[in-house]
Amino acid sequence: MGHTAIEKIIMRNTGAQHVTPGEIVVVKPDRVMIHDIFVPFVAEKYRQMGFTRVWNPDKVVLIYDHLVPAAVIDDVRHFKTGDAFAEEVGLSHVHRADGICHQLMVEQGYVKPGDVAFGTDSHTTTYGAVGAFSTGIGYTEMAAILGTGSLWVRVPSTIRVEIEGELPPHVSAKDIILRLLGDIGADGAVYQALEFAGGTVDGMSLSSRMAIANMAVEAGAKCAVFPPDEVSTLYSGAPGFDMATLAPDADAVYDRVIRYKAGELEPVVACPSQPDNICPVRQVAGTRVDQVFIGSCTNGRLEDLQIAADILRGKKVSPFTRLLITPASREIYGQAAESGLLADLIDAGANVTLPGCGLCCGRAGGILAPNEVVLATNNRNFIGRMGDASVQIYLASPAVAAATALAGQIVLP
Amino acid sequence: MQTEFSGRVWVLGDDIDTDIIIPTEYLALPTIADMAPYAFSPLRPQLAGQIQPGDIVVGGKNFGCGSSREQAPEILKELGLSAIIAKSFARIFFRNAVNNGLLLLENADLPDAVTEGDTVAVTVGKQVVHGGKAYPLAPMADNVLEILESGGLVAAMQKRNKAGQA
Repeated sequence: MGHTAIEKIIMRNTGAQHVTPGEIVVVKPDRVMIHDIFVPFVAEKYRQMGFTRVWNPDKVVLIYDHLVPAAVIDDVRHFKTGDAFAEEVGLSHVHRADGICHQLMVEQGYVKPGDVAFGTDSHTTTYGAVGAFSTGIGYTEMAAILGTGSLWVRVPSTIRVEIEGELPPHVSAKDIILRLLGDIGADGAVYQALEFAGGTVDGMSLSSRMAIANMAVEAGAKCAVFPPDEVSTLYSGAPGFDMATLAPDADAVYDRVIRYKAGELEPVVACPSQPDNICPVRQVAGTRVDQVFIGSCTNGRLEDLQIAADILRGKKVSPFTRLLITPASREIYGQAAESGLLADLIDAGANVTLPGCGLCCGRAGGILAPNEVVLATNNRNFIGRMGDASVQIYLASPAVAAATALAGQIVLP
Repeated sequence: MQTEFSGRVWVLGDDIDTDIIIPTEYLALPTIADMAPYAFSPLRPQLAGQIQPGDIVVGGKNFGCGSSREQAPEILKELGLSAIIAKSFARIFFRNAVNNGLLLLENADLPDAVTEGDTVAVTVGKQVVHGGKAYPLAPMADNVLEILESGGLVAAMQKRNKAGQA
């Protein structure tokens, strides 16, 4: 009996010759990530547990992103606590305002194909884009990992998603993952792995793969995985990586296989207030919006800013609509400045903010007032996520977002 | 860990996400006790104040979906809830609840049968009784039971580290 990609990554980590979905195994993480909101709690639990040294400080990355730049005075306590903990236990990988954690973990090469990684944020599923097994955990488990260098996991069963063909114009990875969420629902992959494959995926950029893997958790998935190929091994600086060892077997056992023809997909939105409440853009076209947000660990990469700039260039944002753009990292910000994209976005009337989580997690940088409507490229539209509980949040691709900003209402790009 | 108890139920729907259990804006408050009054506030602002120790929250499918914020189960424990019963739980929330000693019970039928204010009788690992009818509970995995019986992961690790020093 063969194995799926995620089963192979787990076997590579534990050294087992065979694993079965449902089995509980102990893995040794290759990398872990702690972010600012939870670092005080990780430090507190670590001390309570009675640990005195971190198993391997080189495998730990501490990233300040949710509270950067500080919106309220008390946020600073998290940075001070984090800095003190990093010094106490000897952490050297500390990013104080370089970008969103999930972007940095991939962009800075912390996670490579075949790795097992855990993070204190639910969107840690993102690193499946480079062919890693990665998932979110709580701060108590993170504290236990820091002390023990291990964690128990239940081997997930796998849902395979095959996409073949060429995407129509203005249809992107975001539309694929939103469509999948709509089809399988917010609990459609609870405890499971989503394995992505097919010709459309083979030709997809790493940025697009990250957008898909990022939102796997919105279907309840434990992880998403794009089996390593040239795109991911080259990007993560692992050329020569033996991709064949992690390729799913032809006789791998899947919980189910879902197939899409890329040519039949269309731009969609997630309507308030669940990421699986999906409908075609054409059905909500004409909905007035007060604000448009392009950014986040889902869609704040150079490719996304490029798509937005191509639509916005030489035009002006609707006078009654605010357009906020947040590059996912400082590196992306710099690249956008150098290539002239930033000037295009600013000329069109966008406000480009500092890299960080800000608006997506409703803490800062453009939170919304009662009854306002926002169309955003991030991953969650839960009630109250981006401001008041009455705010209506629509999720969509950067192309739909840019076109909507120009029209002041939801439109097809 | 208490294995047999009764409690009054508060009934919520499907997909109760962690932003509903505790919105991000309150996560930077200094303590869990400071955050607890805001539990469920986007959905039912009064609820946290109405919950009494020993009460049980009943949800539909995918309870606890969303972020990894561990404050969510910690706050529910702080409110004194004796258990959460739902059709299914999201995985990070499930792990976080176990690690903080909050009891989660899964049954597909009970959530549709109860009305808010009803009382249910729980026997862990066996059943929930409501209106004279028994709704079965699956037995718990050994490693999950071990953490719950230690009173959470912190206590389990303390035990491990003390044993290591001895």
